[in-house]
Amino acid sequence: MDFSQFLKGLQGIVGEQNVVYHADDLLVFEYDGSVDRRLPDAVVFPGNTREVSQVISLAYETGVPVVGRGTGTGLSGGAISPPGGIQVAFTRMNKILEVDTENRMALVEPGVINLHLDTRVRKDSLRYAPDPSSQKACSLGGNIAENSGGPHCLAYGTTTNHVLGMEVVLEDGSIVNLGSLARETIGYDLRGVFTGSEGTFGIATKIAVRLLPVPEAVRTFLGIFPDVETACTAVSAVIEHGIVPAALEMIDALTIQAVQNVSDAGYPDDAGAVLLIELEGLSDEVCEIGREVEAALWDTGATLVRTAEAAEERQQLWVGRNGALGALGSIAPNYFLVDGVVPRTQLARVLGRVADISREYDIPIANVFHAGDGNLHPCLLFDERKEGTLQRVMEAGTAVLQVCVDAGGTLTGEHGVGLEKKEQMPLVFSDDDMAAMISVRDSFAPDNTLNPGKIFPDGVKQAAHGQRTFPGMPV
Amino acid sequence: MTEPITLLPSGFSGPDAPAEADLYRCVHCGLCLSSCPTYVETALEMESPRGRIALMKAVNEGRIEITPRIVSHWEACLQCRACEAVCPSGVPYGRIMERTRAQVKNAGLQSKELKRFSKFFLNSALPNPGKLRLGAHLIRVYQRLGLQKLLRLSHLLHLLPGGIARLESQLPPLSKKFFVPSNTVHKTQGEKKMAVALLSGCVMPLMQGPTMEATVRVLTRNGCDVVVPPGQGCCGALNAHAGDIANSRSMARTNIDSLMASGVERIITSSAGCGSSMKEYAELLKDDPEYQEKAARFSEMTSDVTEFLVGLPFHAPTATVTRKITYQDPCHLAHAQRITTAPRIILNSIPGLELVEMENSSLCCGGAGIYSSTQPALSKRLLSRKMDSIEETGVNEVITANPGCMLQVEQGFKAKGKSGKVRHVVDILDEAYALE
Repeated sequence: MDFSQFLKGLQGIVGEQNVVYHADDLLVFEYDGSVDRRLPDAVVFPGNTREVSQVISLAYETGVPVVGRGTGTGLSGGAISPPGGIQVAFTRMNKILEVDTENRMALVEPGVINLHLDTRVRKDSLRYAPDPSSQKACSLGGNIAENSGGPHCLAYGTTTNHVLGMEVVLEDGSIVNLGSLARETIGYDLRGVFTGSEGTFGIATKIAVRLLPVPEAVRTFLGIFPDVETACTAVSAVIEHGIVPAALEMIDALTIQAVQNVSDAGYPDDAGAVLLIELEGLSDEVCEIGREVEAALWDTGATLVRTAEAAEERQQLWVGRNGALGALGSIAPNYFLVDGVVPRTQLARVLGRVADISREYDIPIANVFHAGDGNLHPCLLFDERKEGTLQRVMEAGTAVLQVCVDAGGTLTGEHGVGLEKKEQMPLVFSDDDMAAMISVRDSFAPDNTLNPGKIFPDGVKQAAHGQRTFPGMPV
Repeated sequence: MTEPITLLPSGFSGPDAPAEADLYRCVHCGLCLSSCPTYVETALEMESPRGRIALMKAVNEGRIEITPRIVSHWEACLQCRACEAVCPSGVPYGRIMERTRAQVKNAGLQSKELKRFSKFFLNSALPNPGKLRLGAHLIRVYQRLGLQKLLRLSHLLHLLPGGIARLESQLPPLSKKFFVPSNTVHKTQGEKKMAVALLSGCVMPLMQGPTMEATVRVLTRNGCDVVVPPGQGCCGALNAHAGDIANSRSMARTNIDSLMASGVERIITSSAGCGSSMKEYAELLKDDPEYQEKAARFSEMTSDVTEFLVGLPFHAPTATVTRKITYQDPCHLAHAQRITTAPRIILNSIPGLELVEMENSSLCCGGAGIYSSTQPALSKRLLSRKMDSIEETGVNEVITANPGCMLQVEQGFKAKGKSGKVRHVVDILDEAYALE
């Protein structure tokens, strides 16, 4: 089958207007939120599960690799098209199908924007807890693929802890259900295996998620510190008090400068680090623990502490943090975000090493991170139009990851491996480890036609193509 | 990962090319997507701010020429600047889109719809208030004599080009009395606090004359001597949005000369779109040695009538207006000028008036200057979405603060066959004052 026949086939399934294939238009599908790029051969916008299944089945028969795309906000190149591949984009499948307040669950299509679900269920005093910083733009399908986290995942866990089940289209177009609407499933936790599989096992077409009640009280604290080291001692002090905040976030001096470049987030000029802490729970509890937190911040050397309880004022304290990544655009046109994780006790030491790497490679590095769970986000700032810069940035990024791994940490906390970290996988995993992972993938997608070329380094041994061993549950 | 490509010379050139510093501030994070009306409506990345900037970068880098297809995505942009208000990188989207449109215009690659519209409206009528008023007189005669009814009944309209026919269908009955600038000083009724000049503008005095008069009364009621000097004209926003930077600069100079000559302390407008453009005269004329300083001062002196009243502060009315209303945020007030609370403060100050908020009140109604004529299909879809949000409030009186939004929502009521009123914030404040 030649490409034009294939295109006709796709158009026959989803309608002519729902296939993008003109070269000018494809330019806007070559990127996501990361540094990687590749032009897809076509982008298909299905409207329902049946169409997704038919599209994937046609691509499978034609030998065209497929990647799912939500809104393209990912940070590891997960939605970048494989060579010669097509994207199946979910922006049309964006309906909240059901909100079951009594059982505290919602059934959604994968293109639903994370914040839209949260806003909808808050009308019923419920919430969807995982809150990536791109919450107002990213889709739940993408969140599942990457097992996305966010500031509040410190207390509530990442996406995988909030998925009850999903309907999935496998590489040959067959439709299966993983998990169930029940809180617990028996047998292997296949929904757990699927979440975070970065689009290589299958493509979710319906997702059932768990909702949580909105806490009675929320209090946010913002502490200004002279430098990152001092702010790190405050983090330790809070944790040593036995306090588990809902969120514990930090941004460093360079990030503060970027944020202030864009709009006044209320940070003093000489601020060396900003620490954000959020407590949630019963009113009395939040009030009492709040006093301890405030004392701990002052005791460890905060130069300023602000606190807020009303939603709008709390929002004000979060503004700088939520816009931090984008604000880096005011310093350099590109950033390469390294998603390393380290033990919390190693934070200050590792950040010191990151600063050394910044000097060694002559690349500014801004830090904005989830301090509570030791999930660093050093952002290497550069201009990709300058010859040779990208190569140097990638080397510096690898050096940062090496430091994280040496400190007892790992490569990624919440953004996925994708394209950008696949070559660093051997820092953490042996060939046998990776072969074991690949054999799990092969039981879902033995022909490796879904999002191929991601997660594992080029040249890693792939299992011989075989029969799919995972039968799926009846639909 | 970038594919090897042969580069062309950059498709952007000249002093009014989008600045690279502006373009490359976009880090393609995507946080703008869900705020963009055309993306929300089409679910297509080409019709999103991030996508449109990616296409500008591709042209700038010589990866691709400016093609009609790319132009269609740029022209489908409302220039509502919702993306700019939420952009964490602070990308000055309005500015780069205006400059991109100027590049398209210079290359002669505008769509036929925009070219046609530019010819008789942007290039001819707008820069010349006398001509515009004459045209309006003719239209009024046409409407009063019943010719409009006749033409509509006879289906002769179908013989006119699409854009004009639609514009014809949009012609509201013009104001009974046009609002005309003059040398009269409208004296304050009480103790004088300030002398201000009011922008008369282009379409508003012809179609919303009563709102202009209400603006004058509200200002004089609040301690202002008001002048509406002759010699002023259109603010130039519509020209700038269409890429006609040369005309927009000369219109800006005319207004600076006329409005600043009156020796006032502040320049007021009751049109959100004009206010946004006048606040940007400083940027528009920054390379004009004769006007750069005056333009900077002019921009600083400019206030939207709602922010000005709240800043005074204005007298809260004492009479009761027992009604329910909803408020539509004009894009160029909410996103370009970031003014959302001032109009609500005024509305909430009126005893008895109940403001029922609609969903997504700051999502563009599809009016967007000449957009409703050059992009009728998308404009209608956005209007229909807006009318649904209005209907959900159960209220049939919409208050807003911009002439374009007023015309568009009126059109929306007409299209739905529903009776509904659309008024300006100052109209209802004026009504409350009159009852005292």
